[in-house]
Amino acid sequence: MPEQKGKLRKKELTINMGPQHPATHGVLRLELDIDGETVVKCTPHVGYLHRGTEKLGENRTYLAALPLTDRLDYISSMANNVGYCLAVERLFGIEAPERAKFIRTMASEMARISSHLLWLGTHALDIGAMTVFLYAFKEREWILDLFEMLTGARLTVTYPRIGGVRNDVSEEFLSSLYKFTDEFPKNIEEYETLIDQNRIWLQRTKNIGIITAEEAVNWGLTGPMLRGSGVDYDLRKYCPYDAYDKVDFDVPLGKNGDTYDRYRCRMEEMRQSARIIRQCIEKLPEGPVMTPDAPKFTLPPKERILKDMEAMIQHFVLVIKGPVTAPDGEIYSAIEAPKGELGFYFISNGTGKPYRMRLRSPSFIHASVLPLLCEGALVADVIANIGTIDIVLGECDR
Amino acid sequence: MIESVISSVGINGFAGSMIALLVKIAIVFGVVMLHVAYATYFERKVIGHIQLRLGPMTVGPHGILQPIADGIKSFFKEDIIPAGADKTVFKIAPVIPVFSALGCLAVVPFFDGFVLANINIGLLYIFAMSSLSAYGIVMAGWSSNSKYSFLGGLRSTAQVISYEVALGLSLVGVMIMSESLNLTQIVEAQQKYWHGMFIIPQFLGAFVFMIAAFAETNRAPFDLPEAESELVAGFFVEYSGMRFALFYMAEYIGMLVMSAISVLCFVGGWTLPPFVLEAFPSLAAVPGIVWFMLKIYFHVFVYYWIRSTLPRFRYDHLMCLGWKVLIPLALLNIVITALVKYFC
Repeated sequence: MPEQKGKLRKKELTINMGPQHPATHGVLRLELDIDGETVVKCTPHVGYLHRGTEKLGENRTYLAALPLTDRLDYISSMANNVGYCLAVERLFGIEAPERAKFIRTMASEMARISSHLLWLGTHALDIGAMTVFLYAFKEREWILDLFEMLTGARLTVTYPRIGGVRNDVSEEFLSSLYKFTDEFPKNIEEYETLIDQNRIWLQRTKNIGIITAEEAVNWGLTGPMLRGSGVDYDLRKYCPYDAYDKVDFDVPLGKNGDTYDRYRCRMEEMRQSARIIRQCIEKLPEGPVMTPDAPKFTLPPKERILKDMEAMIQHFVLVIKGPVTAPDGEIYSAIEAPKGELGFYFISNGTGKPYRMRLRSPSFIHASVLPLLCEGALVADVIANIGTIDIVLGECDR
Repeated sequence: MIESVISSVGINGFAGSMIALLVKIAIVFGVVMLHVAYATYFERKVIGHIQLRLGPMTVGPHGILQPIADGIKSFFKEDIIPAGADKTVFKIAPVIPVFSALGCLAVVPFFDGFVLANINIGLLYIFAMSSLSAYGIVMAGWSSNSKYSFLGGLRSTAQVISYEVALGLSLVGVMIMSESLNLTQIVEAQQKYWHGMFIIPQFLGAFVFMIAAFAETNRAPFDLPEAESELVAGFFVEYSGMRFALFYMAEYIGMLVMSAISVLCFVGGWTLPPFVLEAFPSLAAVPGIVWFMLKIYFHVFVYYWIRSTLPRFRYDHLMCLGWKVLIPLALLNIVITALVKYFC
């Protein structure tokens, strides 16, 4: 049909990856325009898991908003709790006691190991190495059991409190955690034998998803995403919080900013985390785990409420109005969460509830870099890239 | 054996041989179908234990009845055909891979003298039949009217065509050495050597064949057409119930066939190497089918082992490996074998 010859058009195939797709780590949706196997255009869509955490925070007292943070990055809820508590503590100008700081540091690093293990398992599974997934989960199970021992919960822990932590650690917990730090680095080596030198793994990760140091800074990347490109930036080191200035650890850096370097960074970070936990256990000071200012921020025990008038009033005021000593002003406070810089921004107007609560979540920022990584790459690389940016949609969509 | 039983009840001639053939086909079909059912169980157990878990444990002792439960489940599941699908093609597609995989079994000698069709072009016939399964995959990918299945179908076509070449060339060395395409004669030719298996002189061919067979059967690390994490399930993502099970059956029969060819062409089929028999003469009393099955299951085990260990190839790497590494290696193998054959 010669008259139709001019009308033939070549058009890219648009495929919709997600929100229900096994490799998108939650409900990320990517709109991919592909030409054969090559991705021409990649548009990420977020918001499928939006629960309005920020708005909810404005309608709750500082005390009551703490459990919301568990649901952000649900894989490392401990780190989110710590970040939230630190921000509120800075707003109120109080400080947790030394022992609580060490416990928080220890618990945050446990969260980092748990988060990185899940990343390792799913990233490897996406690239096709099934066994690593189950090996990593065996270890993660151990971490979750330790969390249960410490807090009573495995995933959404809500363990740190404004001005300290909920309860002291037991000797039993410390000794099993110490045993874990003993065996864990050996186990990491075992996983590395499966993939580290594997030629298929190298082909799939080396020179894939390259981000230069400049691009990484411009896109606002943090955490292993930034350090993989060789930028030495770690909040634990450069504006230390809790007990990070009292422990000794290295910040692993990558060189090329490709998927493989980020993989190496995270693997090394797990080792460093084990090292930090070990030092925390060894250096753990004696003392209380709640600040002396605690009565203003914690509910009194139930027995006292039933017998003591003062305690009952205090309980009532805390629940209804929140800690009303908040000074007017704004505060931004960030921690190094497993995925990057997790920031909490509060505007306070002197009431028990924040006037405005804003989260700087690393996953959201990392999801925005996907088009840079994927455009021009192959469909299979999209999967490797989603794995390497290590996002959790709970945190991304808030 | 079957022939003598049939002639003893008074059926002779053409009718007798036809009945004997039908009985043989029934036996092979039954054994292979049972194999397929338990190959899934074997796979889940092997991979389970590699991955520090137990595999199926609930249905029957140690989950031994799991394949039967799976079969019943898939048989009674609703047969869903997507609204936009090309219904005729969609229905035909799953049958083709099963047909082609089962067809291959016709020329496979299970032990000395037990083969459904002892034809002199056995190997060629297997190539022809096993290539047919690509049509089923392409048709499934196209007719589902889904972009993911379509991509899976496309990948599979490219992969099967590229690796078919390497697969065929890798066996040319064996053909030269045995001077035959008949699988029984290939096994007999191996007995003339002290080592009793072609894998030793034909190590290059065996290596290429092994890799190409993984790609031909769409098994990991070459499972791109059904890449779970990218294409969800690839070409059969829209299938459900029994039609879905047919694709699985084809994959497992394909694995069995590829293992069988490897055993027959490189590891001496149902025979034991002569030097082993000299050392342990009592082993000659063991029926050949035992060795054949042991060798096959070793191959199948390797398939599972690889699947649980290696990551998945990327599409372009797969093509590079096929065209730039395997085919030149196979050609080199042919040249060397031919030169040795000519001058020695």
